[in-house]
Amino acid sequence: MYPHSHHEADQPILDVVHITVRYNGRAALENVTFHLHEGERVAVVGPNGAGKSTLFKVVAGVLSPTSGEVKIFGSRPRGHVCIGYIPQRTQVDWNFPVTVADVVMMGRSAKLGPLNFPHKQDWEHVHHALATVDLSDLASRQIGQLSGGQQQRMFIARALAQEAELMLMDEPLTGLDTPSQEGILELLDRLQKERVTVMVATHDLDQAATHFDRIMLLNHRIVAFGEPDMVMQTDNLLKAYGGRLRSTADGNIVTVDDCCDDEHG
Amino acid sequence: MNMVNFFLAPLQYEFMVRGMVAAVLVGIVCAVIGTYVVLRGMAFFGDALAHTILPGIALGYLISGGARDVLFWWALGTAILAALGIGAISKNAEIKEDTSIGVIFAGMFALGIALISTVKSYAVDLTHFLFGDVLSVSSQSLWLILIFGGLVLLTVFAFYKEFMTLSFDPILAATLRLPVGMLNNLLLALIAVTVAVSLQTVGVALMVAMLVTPAATAYLLTHRLSTMMVLAAVFASLAGVIGLYLSFYLSIASGAAIVLTATVFFLLAFGWKKLHSK
Repeated sequence: MYPHSHHEADQPILDVVHITVRYNGRAALENVTFHLHEGERVAVVGPNGAGKSTLFKVVAGVLSPTSGEVKIFGSRPRGHVCIGYIPQRTQVDWNFPVTVADVVMMGRSAKLGPLNFPHKQDWEHVHHALATVDLSDLASRQIGQLSGGQQQRMFIARALAQEAELMLMDEPLTGLDTPSQEGILELLDRLQKERVTVMVATHDLDQAATHFDRIMLLNHRIVAFGEPDMVMQTDNLLKAYGGRLRSTADGNIVTVDDCCDDEHG
Repeated sequence: MNMVNFFLAPLQYEFMVRGMVAAVLVGIVCAVIGTYVVLRGMAFFGDALAHTILPGIALGYLISGGARDVLFWWALGTAILAALGIGAISKNAEIKEDTSIGVIFAGMFALGIALISTVKSYAVDLTHFLFGDVLSVSSQSLWLILIFGGLVLLTVFAFYKEFMTLSFDPILAATLRLPVGMLNNLLLALIAVTVAVSLQTVGVALMVAMLVTPAATAYLLTHRLSTMMVLAAVFASLAGVIGLYLSFYLSIASGAAIVLTATVFFLLAFGWKKLHSK
């Protein structure tokens, strides 16, 4: 036998093997295979309807793939409560009668178990999480009163209270102003120091290239996956975005698919 | 007539006292479970469910020869069956959810009317089923309301954080590995029990008002789920008591008087909110 070298002592935090997801015969994801290591920060980039949300739901164990397998630390996601899914802000009912602290406490539901009410240590987790995302002052506000950036940080706090080791963030930066975006990116740095693995779906190719360890270029299948320099090549981008790319005057490449494309679910 | 007399006079009648206790109990149960009906946008489901149990009640009524006290059990059985049935149908992607619920509920309602219309005195009895008759609540029925209503409240209390998480963010509930399917069905069953418990007070046709109106009133006034439940229960109880006084003095049908009172509360809260937010 060849000697087997262990580059990685542990199982990868996430191992996705030949995942295919079909809705009514149409493939949302096709033969997707990759794995992530603990503490990595990965941007998932691709046009609207490329299957980014579908991928996150499969990884979170919320949606069963048509075929293929997902493993979290070596076993199926359904048994893990260490995966934090941070929804797109547009998919949340911001009028729901809950405070910021209530939402963060929801992250403790699994750890608490049925018929149990929050203990002192659960509140400590919640307060610590709120402090980490700088929302301590707004803990008792109704969630609709938060700004977009604060709403996003609240969900990160919820994932922290959940003690999530893998966080899946669906378009956390979309629709935020620049200071709020920077706030979130700064928070991602803090998460990385705590060895939290993060997958972020984003539209912003520039941000993906500058703030992430690796980039996954997705268009139903993985077009390219690797370090930013390797992935952000014109031919890769053209493959992922088709004709929906154009160069700006200063030489940057931007996607032009954000306006009229609403075929995706 | 002085004030004390005004309030005490109706209470000389035992049926008025029983009616008030029933109206308050039912009001509280409906209000608490109604909080979820409002937050999850299930008003149409609640309305449909109430109407769908009519054939069950009619069958019980025909078999028992008009006895009222057994009808609770028929209502309860039909309501649970109908709730889980509608829950299953709505997962079917072929037809839109509200359309399939609409088809089933109108069909079942018609079947109920058809069954009841085979009896001679049907106009009177049908009216009671449709609009309720809280003043004819027996002490036996009162016990049933207390026991089953209490069960609903206990369950809501026990699964408070699970139902809140599920209602706010079903995907979070799934990633936390909460038993989402079981919890959804449990909630449907709780709404079904509530409908059965409330049948005598407000009847089939006005049921949705008890499920929705007090909870919607409370929704306007608070941003905590627990506070919303308590406020809704207070509004519903008040509507029950005030409604019965109105019914007594103005000779208005009791169910309608309760619902109208609850509606006035809602309009006041709505107006207050509009003024306040300016």
